[in-house]
Amino acid sequence: MAAAAKAGEATLRHAFGNVLSFFILLLIGVLAFSIRLFSVIKYESVIHEFDPYFNYRVTQFLTKNGIYDFWNWFDDRTWYPLGRVIGGTVYPGLTLTAGTIWWLLNSLNIPLSVETVCVFTAPIFSAFASWATYLLTKEVKGAGAGLTAAALLAMVPSYISRSVAGSYDNEAVAIFALIITFYLYIKTLNTGSLFYATLNAIAYFYMVCSWGGYTFIINLIPMHVLLCIVTGRYSSRLYIAYAPLVVLGTLLAALVPVVGFNAVMTSEHFASFLVFIILHVVALVYYIKGILSPKMFKVAVTLVVSVGLVVCCAVIAILVALVASSPTKGWSGRSLSLLDPTYASKYIPIIASVSEHQPPTWPSYFMDINVLAFLVPAGIIACFLPLSDASSFVVLYIVTSVYFSGVMVRLMLVFAPAACIMSGIALSQAFDVFTRSIKFQLLRILGFSEADAGDGSSANVVPENDAVKVDKSEETIKERPSRKNKKKEKEQMEKAQAEKTSAKSKTEKRLLVLPMELSVIGLLLLVFMGAFYVVHCVWAAAEAYSAPSIVLTSYTHEGLHVFDDFREAYAWLRHNTEVDDKVASWWDYGYQTTAMANRTVIVDNNTWNNTHIATVGTAMSSPEKAAWEIFNSLDVKYVLVVFGGLVGYPSDDINKFLWMVRIGGGVFPHIKEPDYLRDGQYRIDSQATPTMLNCLMYKLSYYRFVETDGKGFDRVRRTEIGKKYFKLTHFEEVFTTHHWMVRIYKLKPSKNRIRGKMKKSKSRTSTPSSKRSGSRKKNPWQ
Amino acid sequence: MAKLLLYLTLATSLIPLFSVAFSPENPTDRRVLVLVDDFAIKSSHSLYFGSLTSRGFQLEFKLADDPNIGLQRYGQYLYDALVLFCPSVERFGGSIDVASIVDFVDSGHDLIVAADSNASDLIREVATECGVDFDEDPAAMVIDHINYAVSNFDGDHTLIASDDFIKADAPVLFQGIGHSLNPANSLVLKVLSASSSAYSANPKSKLSNPPSLTGSAISLVSVVQARNNARILITGSLSMFSNRFFRSGVQKAGSSIKHEKSGNEQFLTEISKWVFHERGHLKAVNVRHHKVGESDEPAIYRINDDLEYSVEIYEWSGTSWEPYVSDDVQVQFYMMSPYVLKTLSTDQKGHYSAEFKVPDVYGVFQFKVEYQRLGYTSLSLSKQIPVRPYRHNEYERFLPAAYPYYGSAFSMMAGFFIFTIVHLYSK
Repeated sequence: MAAAAKAGEATLRHAFGNVLSFFILLLIGVLAFSIRLFSVIKYESVIHEFDPYFNYRVTQFLTKNGIYDFWNWFDDRTWYPLGRVIGGTVYPGLTLTAGTIWWLLNSLNIPLSVETVCVFTAPIFSAFASWATYLLTKEVKGAGAGLTAAALLAMVPSYISRSVAGSYDNEAVAIFALIITFYLYIKTLNTGSLFYATLNAIAYFYMVCSWGGYTFIINLIPMHVLLCIVTGRYSSRLYIAYAPLVVLGTLLAALVPVVGFNAVMTSEHFASFLVFIILHVVALVYYIKGILSPKMFKVAVTLVVSVGLVVCCAVIAILVALVASSPTKGWSGRSLSLLDPTYASKYIPIIASVSEHQPPTWPSYFMDINVLAFLVPAGIIACFLPLSDASSFVVLYIVTSVYFSGVMVRLMLVFAPAACIMSGIALSQAFDVFTRSIKFQLLRILGFSEADAGDGSSANVVPENDAVKVDKSEETIKERPSRKNKKKEKEQMEKAQAEKTSAKSKTEKRLLVLPMELSVIGLLLLVFMGAFYVVHCVWAAAEAYSAPSIVLTSYTHEGLHVFDDFREAYAWLRHNTEVDDKVASWWDYGYQTTAMANRTVIVDNNTWNNTHIATVGTAMSSPEKAAWEIFNSLDVKYVLVVFGGLVGYPSDDINKFLWMVRIGGGVFPHIKEPDYLRDGQYRIDSQATPTMLNCLMYKLSYYRFVETDGKGFDRVRRTEIGKKYFKLTHFEEVFTTHHWMVRIYKLKPSKNRIRGKMKKSKSRTSTPSSKRSGSRKKNPWQ
Repeated sequence: MAKLLLYLTLATSLIPLFSVAFSPENPTDRRVLVLVDDFAIKSSHSLYFGSLTSRGFQLEFKLADDPNIGLQRYGQYLYDALVLFCPSVERFGGSIDVASIVDFVDSGHDLIVAADSNASDLIREVATECGVDFDEDPAAMVIDHINYAVSNFDGDHTLIASDDFIKADAPVLFQGIGHSLNPANSLVLKVLSASSSAYSANPKSKLSNPPSLTGSAISLVSVVQARNNARILITGSLSMFSNRFFRSGVQKAGSSIKHEKSGNEQFLTEISKWVFHERGHLKAVNVRHHKVGESDEPAIYRINDDLEYSVEIYEWSGTSWEPYVSDDVQVQFYMMSPYVLKTLSTDQKGHYSAEFKVPDVYGVFQFKVEYQRLGYTSLSLSKQIPVRPYRHNEYERFLPAAYPYYGSAFSMMAGFFIFTIVHLYSK
């Protein structure tokens, strides 16, 4: 009777816990969504930054023309005159997701505009991502850790920076896909279910569709498999978790046009195939070991090893030769710069020029993950107590992502979920210990029996799946012939294991009891730290990461200033130029120009053709006439430059100019970086080199600048400009925005007549004879 | 469809762009302003003016320093062409100055400039703007001791009989200042050049320095066709237009043939026909392109499409548009460099066409016709057309070369299936 009542109480408590978890998760979802709405409230419902504009344009195309036209879309309005095959060069996951949402809503008669859907895609998916984090962490360390990790992820600033409303970029859905893929992998690893393995492959496919960062998954999971094999944790579950993923995943990845044959051709994917082979070899070895007697097995091993080594050497030699024959060793530039952080700055200035490809600074860690940075080590320790397949995966995840985030600031985004999971585990374990101690002490004070207390706490705390992760490979190898039988045996085994471990943990946990006062203080400190984290996150979401970067604001003593120059300039282009006119600018503004001004651009943020970008860079760093010739050969009508010198907007073209020189000089060697530097210093004042003062970028930026304040004081560089009064001969200014942030110039047509060589202001005083000799020198006929 | 319309409107709007001043239907000038130093020129050069009036031009004579003259009113040009027979004017009257004359030319109007020895700086400046440099010595004249015209009133050999031009029947008489051209200037063309024995110097004074301009470098009459097809005639001799030179007989020194009449009238009449767009004016209409076997103009081509490009080119005969016949009109299929360069074949009725295959490269191409032939207005047509790669379903579904792979894949699948059955149910 008593046992039945106890069981009933336990199920009730479970049901209550589940309902509570459900509501907590719901609230976490609401939190994740709503914390990202600061940008909409403070500014407006608008697409942010650069890349999102392209994604928005593609989504518009998709919703208007359907999926087949999108797949085959050849865009003739960018990369003039080369054009770009959008369908084959874009990761379609985000676009298809938003397109589907829009289609779904419209078919439900909810008439939202495409832009609205795009703006809110990222917040919706961050809610999904926090739920996925819950699932993943639950698989690793139980529901408590899962809820904590989900709550942390919902508001981690690093993730907010890429997923505020309006930040309609690949990462918005990719992080969700990343976490759900990891979750399904761990789930398969824990259950050994083919159903989850298939789901895992599909989740991986979604990830491949969404982001180039999928290579992280296809390298991390093999690493983990290898780790399991090396540490003797091979099991049939591992095989089921990995083999279907590689086969199905590779097949599915090859279906994505942008990946295509890369899924089997590039070095990024080699690791997965290598581990696939190793896994099979190991499986075979375990199988043979099972059917042979130990003595026979030893003989077989020596035979196979000696033959196998030779074959392996031959295969590896061929592979190495094949890979080495390609100049980049089969790696793409971005991946190479991950492995060798100095690679990009040495060889590919176009990758190094992007600020998000730079290594992060230390403060950015504290800005982006805040207190999590302190909790992560605790989480790692917690993962080793005890180390299971799942927790070893999480440890591996955090170790690799710490490295990658140290190479590229952009990959902080991959690091953030790992940090959240680790911190979630750490926090929940800490809470566990403290609350259990308090409970234990309270019970002791109140005089209850020890056994009850221990029982109650362990029932709640010890997650069921902990049991599954215990190493029992040897048992599983032996039992093989029938599946049913195997399952049954396995269940029995698990039950036995669970009992064993729970008993063990019970005894362990009774030892981990802290004094009452210490526990209370510790709890308070943890709560305080959590509160600090929340305050920081809300501040980051509200102040640091919500600016859409096409509208800028600044506070002065007079109040709020709004700089809406970008949209002003794009609107001018849209209304005042011909539909087929070509606009040249540095590539940063390409996506915005095509999306907002609807004009053809020469280069844009999809930096697929280095030569083309170098051509524009060369034109910008050439003197006016040479630049005119380059632009004219590209049929350019208008040149757009961004200039922040008047209002102090630091990321303008003059500050980016050295990259133009470097990228241009990388292809056209007559552009040399030292020509633009005075004693290694980049300056635009009177000490600047003549090459600098005569290049097109300088002239277009500072044309008529001296008329603003009479001195030509540049508020970004904090200096007076070097050359103040000059005229443009081949370009004419057609539009300058209110704060001079965007200046648009038109190329003058080639001269209608060619003038004679006589000077216009001829002085009559000089003698005719001297004049004659002068003119004779110039006449090439005599 | 919208794109197609766009191209059509572009095509039709482009053509008048090349000939701003002339109506596309009738490019010949009508209203001509003649600026003279004094009205005596009107009678002394009446033969030349008469030939113009008889061809339908409305001449309006004004003194160059008349305070009421102006080239435009309310932003509209009052004249189609300007004749400057005022070599000694120091300042134009009214609103005319060098800049306004240059603007007049740059907006597509024609100009005839006749200088003389002692030409004013103003006239020199106008000539310089057009790419012609008169001899800087104000007193210099072109002297030729071998190819001078025998006459009874000239002893210093400044009256030159030149037959250095195409289809010369009789030599042309010239007396005045020479000019030189920049050889790098491709727009200006020497029509009448001095012989190799000529030089430019002051005939009154003794030659102390070697003359700056000598030989055939000296141009006597030059024409300019600006990039917008405005035409300019510049000569250093006003008297070559005069009735006296028109009527006078000519005998070249050292030659026994005595021509009854100088070639001036014929030479100047023909050249003014050219300057006033009665000759050598081309127009291109009906630029079309479509796939072979179709007639509609597509908005986009696919790589390796076969297409046909056609254009109609007509030449203005002075009264009507006649088909232009030539075998050297070429079309380029151009993306940064010409991928296809093909000579258009003509049906002798002005219709030019060519068929070619789109190259195996996608991108935004242009159909370009750049026809610049000496003596004709330049035609430069360009029409943008994108070329796309194959769609996903335009590739071959089954490649014959890949049948072994298909076979291996399917046999593998079948084998695996059988193996599974055998393995599961053998016992």
